[in-house]
Amino acid sequence: MTGHSLQRKISTHESFGVTALLISISLLYLLLFLGLPLIAVFVEAFSKGWNLYIAALKEPDAWSAIKLTFLTAAIAVPANLVFGVAAAWCIAKFEFKGKSLLITLIDLPFAVSPVVSGLVYVLLFGAQGWFGHWLQAHDIKLLFAVPGIVLATIFVTFPFIARELIPLMQAQGKEEEEASVSLGASGWQTFWLVTIPNIKWGLLYGVILCNARAMGEFGAVSVVSGHIRGLTNTMPLHVEILYNEYNFVAAFAVASLLALLALVTLVVKTLVELQAKRSGEPLHGETR
Amino acid sequence: MSQFRAHSVLPGFNLALGYTLLYLSLIVLIPLSALFIKSATLGLGGYWDVVTDARVLASLRVTFFASFAAALINVFFGLIVAWVLVRYTFPGKRVIDALVDLPFALPTAVAGITLATLYAPNGWPGQYFAAYGIKVAYTPLGIVVALTFIGLPFVVRTVQPVLADVEAEVEEAAASLGAGRLDVFRRVILPAIFPALLTGFALAFARAIGEYGSVIFIAGNMPYISEISPLLIVSKLEQYDYAGATAIAVAMLLISFVILFAINALQWWTSRRGTR
Repeated sequence: MTGHSLQRKISTHESFGVTALLISISLLYLLLFLGLPLIAVFVEAFSKGWNLYIAALKEPDAWSAIKLTFLTAAIAVPANLVFGVAAAWCIAKFEFKGKSLLITLIDLPFAVSPVVSGLVYVLLFGAQGWFGHWLQAHDIKLLFAVPGIVLATIFVTFPFIARELIPLMQAQGKEEEEASVSLGASGWQTFWLVTIPNIKWGLLYGVILCNARAMGEFGAVSVVSGHIRGLTNTMPLHVEILYNEYNFVAAFAVASLLALLALVTLVVKTLVELQAKRSGEPLHGETR
Repeated sequence: MSQFRAHSVLPGFNLALGYTLLYLSLIVLIPLSALFIKSATLGLGGYWDVVTDARVLASLRVTFFASFAAALINVFFGLIVAWVLVRYTFPGKRVIDALVDLPFALPTAVAGITLATLYAPNGWPGQYFAAYGIKVAYTPLGIVVALTFIGLPFVVRTVQPVLADVEAEVEEAAASLGAGRLDVFRRVILPAIFPALLTGFALAFARAIGEYGSVIFIAGNMPYISEISPLLIVSKLEQYDYAGATAIAVAMLLISFVILFAINALQWWTSRRGTR
């Protein structure tokens, strides 16, 4: 903390006792609610030894859940990435009517319960749903199958990248792009060579958060999955099934992979924040 | 198009906006509209019957009270954590700061089974509560624990930047006029960060109302006592009662809109008072 005058230290600081008390309360609170659960996941996972841990992860149903989780994220994240860039391009670089309404609508999925996010697709594609008969007649299975899981995941992670890019690109303005275009560059050249380098850290930041949620989503996916072992179970759903079967070691073994993913997410996110600060690119977003 | 948007030399507006609207409609707007159209098929009478069912009302009560309690806990402790992270330096602060976002990154099902294991009567902290006759897991108290975990980052992350922006000069002025440290906090700092506190509360509260994954494992899910509304939606769906599930979903959405609207109004009112 530079620039703090001596006077400020004398007149506007808490006594040592209060400082120590506040730090202790914070650390205790965070330890109880964050540290303890994080440690407990790994303690429970390894409670019966390394061999059982490995066996739990090698089990075919666990393996297929891992593959489905990665497949889902591999579709949902790029889909929302393309959308986020397109939405941020038209919102940040142009002036048009209804812009603030559009921004509000993009945020909508954050206001909806995950369970309801799944429910809306059941209403559309379920047996009694709007398109249920048509889908059945053409033998297309969306619900209780992989496409439904992907759709529900796209819904819950919908705003992540867009809401990261919109304030960032708005803050950067459009002068650089206008200069590029008036110097004769094409639209796509401008986009790839001017815009993308300017927003790369914000983009990465949004992708990381979007991916963490896509791989970890439970409520929405649970409603549309049908819980078919080895077929429509993602890792979080597999954790639930194992836990409800009192197979705690296996449940926590799969959970430990997800906890590891969370830790990697936090580390990469912190690194991106540092890089963005160093390169002078401002990062926006409420989760910062 | 001349009136719809201002002139620009940049290309790609039609393509970008067209794609945005198409994707938004297909993924979000059309599916969400199905929710309201489906609940309209119930009719007002049918809707009222579903929503005023004793079990549904009890679940709404549990959901909203637990969410409110958890958000309040997070306002209190979140403010202290934000204060400590902004104002003090101590070893390990960077790690602690990064760890605050854990509930955003940790899948809710993992949080759910872990908290349930920890706070069960034979769990590591749970046994100490049990020794005093307090049951945490499988009671409404367990729901509050899970929702507190889920909402923890919101207050910290909304208050942190605002607290960092409070100017030292104002505090110095108040102190030099004879105000004690507590007076400075109450009269100078608290009014400045109050809107951010409210925002943090609203975000934590809204998130808690819809939360499912972290709660169902620790709640015990006893009807009328510890059954949350999202779980009731799921169980209605499992019985193919689509209309009933939809009615509860719409009721939850409406109640949270009203509450969030009230919080927004309160925020508007306090920020107006702040600037006179």
